[in-house]
Amino acid sequence: MEPDIHKFPYYPGCTLKTTARNFEVSALACAKKLGIELVELPRWNCCGTVFSLTDDDLIHHVAAVRNLIRVQEMNRDGMVEENRLVTLCSMCFNTLKRVNLLVKENPENLEKINNFMYLEDDYEGNVEVIHFLELLRELDPGAISQRVERPLTGLRVAPYYGCLMLRPREVGIDDPEDPTIQGAILAAVGAEVIYNSYMKVCCGSYQTVNDKSAVARLVYDILSHAQADGAQAIVTSCPLCAYNLDSRQKEVREIYPDFEQIPVFYFTQLMAVAFGFGADLCGFDPNQLVPEHLLK
Amino acid sequence: MKTEESIMQRIADAAKSVTRGVDAKDIEHWVTIYIMGRAYKVPADLTILTAMEYAGYRFVRGVGCRQGFCGACSTVYRKEGEYKLQTGMACQTRVEDGMYLVQIPFAPAEKAAYDISKESYDASVFLKFYPEVARCVSCNTCTKSCPQDLEVMDYVQAAIRGDFQSLAEGSFDCIQCGLCAMRCPADIVQYNVAQLGRRMYGRYGMPVPKHLITRLQEIEAGKFRARMDQLVAAPREQLEKLYASRVREAD
Amino acid sequence: MANRLMISTGNEEFLERISEMSGQIITLCEQCGVCSGSCPMVSEMDITPSQMMRMVQLGQSEVLRAKTIWLCASCFTCTVRCPRGLDLSKVAEALRQVILRQAVDHIDIKALPRDELVELPQIALVAGMRKFTG
Repeated sequence: MEPDIHKFPYYPGCTLKTTARNFEVSALACAKKLGIELVELPRWNCCGTVFSLTDDDLIHHVAAVRNLIRVQEMNRDGMVEENRLVTLCSMCFNTLKRVNLLVKENPENLEKINNFMYLEDDYEGNVEVIHFLELLRELDPGAISQRVERPLTGLRVAPYYGCLMLRPREVGIDDPEDPTIQGAILAAVGAEVIYNSYMKVCCGSYQTVNDKSAVARLVYDILSHAQADGAQAIVTSCPLCAYNLDSRQKEVREIYPDFEQIPVFYFTQLMAVAFGFGADLCGFDPNQLVPEHLLK
Repeated sequence: MKTEESIMQRIADAAKSVTRGVDAKDIEHWVTIYIMGRAYKVPADLTILTAMEYAGYRFVRGVGCRQGFCGACSTVYRKEGEYKLQTGMACQTRVEDGMYLVQIPFAPAEKAAYDISKESYDASVFLKFYPEVARCVSCNTCTKSCPQDLEVMDYVQAAIRGDFQSLAEGSFDCIQCGLCAMRCPADIVQYNVAQLGRRMYGRYGMPVPKHLITRLQEIEAGKFRARMDQLVAAPREQLEKLYASRVREAD
Repeated sequence: MANRLMISTGNEEFLERISEMSGQIITLCEQCGVCSGSCPMVSEMDITPSQMMRMVQLGQSEVLRAKTIWLCASCFTCTVRCPRGLDLSKVAEALRQVILRQAVDHIDIKALPRDELVELPQIALVAGMRKFTG
């Protein structure tokens, strides 16, 4: 990767603009420090968050394709010279990437979708969707650790991957059974990485809307295993996982009174701390629980 | 410069077909339209609204200002030989040969009850009162239906993102005709969402006009009382003189 | 569980419909149970994922009344582990869509508590709407 600033089209998704603002704020700051400028898509719309799984459904893919067309427009208008669309939210990543793969493999469906959106340019199928972690993985080795000003020595973190970054295989950015991509970043900023077998088990996702107790039971399994392995904090890359693992701890305590709370962060927040950024860029306000020594 | 009388005459002539009826022999161009399945021959230069009245229909609802701004005369129609279902306002759309028409008196919609002074200024206010807005699939059908050419999908997406300014600006010219809500596959009532957003924006987002506050304070302090009293007490001739000699921008 | 099943054309049609919607050759399922063992929500379910597949194989539309299809969190763990390469998340979605496409919602949006609506991250609500409303 070039040492000077490289611009990438960036898709935030609704949640990063509202309840997960801290994820975006810390991520953009860390990206800039690493020579990456994430340029927000103009006129983007909600991608749908989940990939519509029935083969006969096309309307639910329209939203995602519309965003891919925006990337084309950005290139055409000279805003970026880059066909790779970067996302931070794992759900948006999964949806955009799956729709992109689907329309690239099914020219007939793509044609129908393009015809339906007759007010837009046609999507030509040249965009690639990547997750921010993939971008970090491509950096020169040492690029991250060289920029660390306050290594997180002694902080034992358990990286939690959730589902949509890893599965299904054609979409996943790492081995779905033994992922290491997030842990590698955390190790680069000096933290002690705790691996555990529950790091890839689903947090319950959207079941949190109408079945909180099911989510609470799943969250308890995930967190208690991490705690048993010595983790002081959980690190994640998806606002829904962060919500379930963090805000649902209240429900967990109702079912398991011995459960001890554990803080949950986005990986970019810990990177921001390690890079020496101030509290406003680390975005700790919406987090439920923050260990004292990180608050400085 | 034409005299006043001839201008008024021209206006009367233009509206003659609806005010006094038309002599069929005076009409040069005719078109055939279908109203609720029946064919009617109507003068070509009429709007859907006046054409239906020409055909003998009398409106007790589904009509309002006749100027394209009250949102009462929402219409759905199809043109012969075409597959697209079109929408428009009856008072603003000219009839065309082969139009199949139906008018919608109103779009059934529920408006949530809220007190904007008690709500927090972020996207959650829309999800709280209109959670169905999360069903938006960004299909753009609402935009295609809008007779005011608004980017409806864009302003709904702005609501979901919490971008109140874009929502307010994008929905400013909405006449609440209901055509978007009728066609929306996610059953969202776009104009209700927009109204909530505009109210929130006006309350929390727009800058406070300082000059207005200053002026109100001046008025309450009585700065203009003496002049007002003078004008109110002045005799008619003096008022006429003042009026005729007033400074106008056009001069 | 000793049941006598009469397989009729109605059953075959149901299997065909679900196979088409999901794009999966459901008859390939060999009932090994890896999916059930992997599923994070299985302890909440009334029938296991393998049982769901079996019922679809036999064309039993009663599977539409199971709680299981609504408890799926679309985590794709079954998908990556199925030895036959079947995508169960697609089968579950097809079953949900059969009901949702009749304009029957699984959750009552208006009954969601307001303080939840304010707190939930939007992706939760949007995903919930897509999975549970028609």
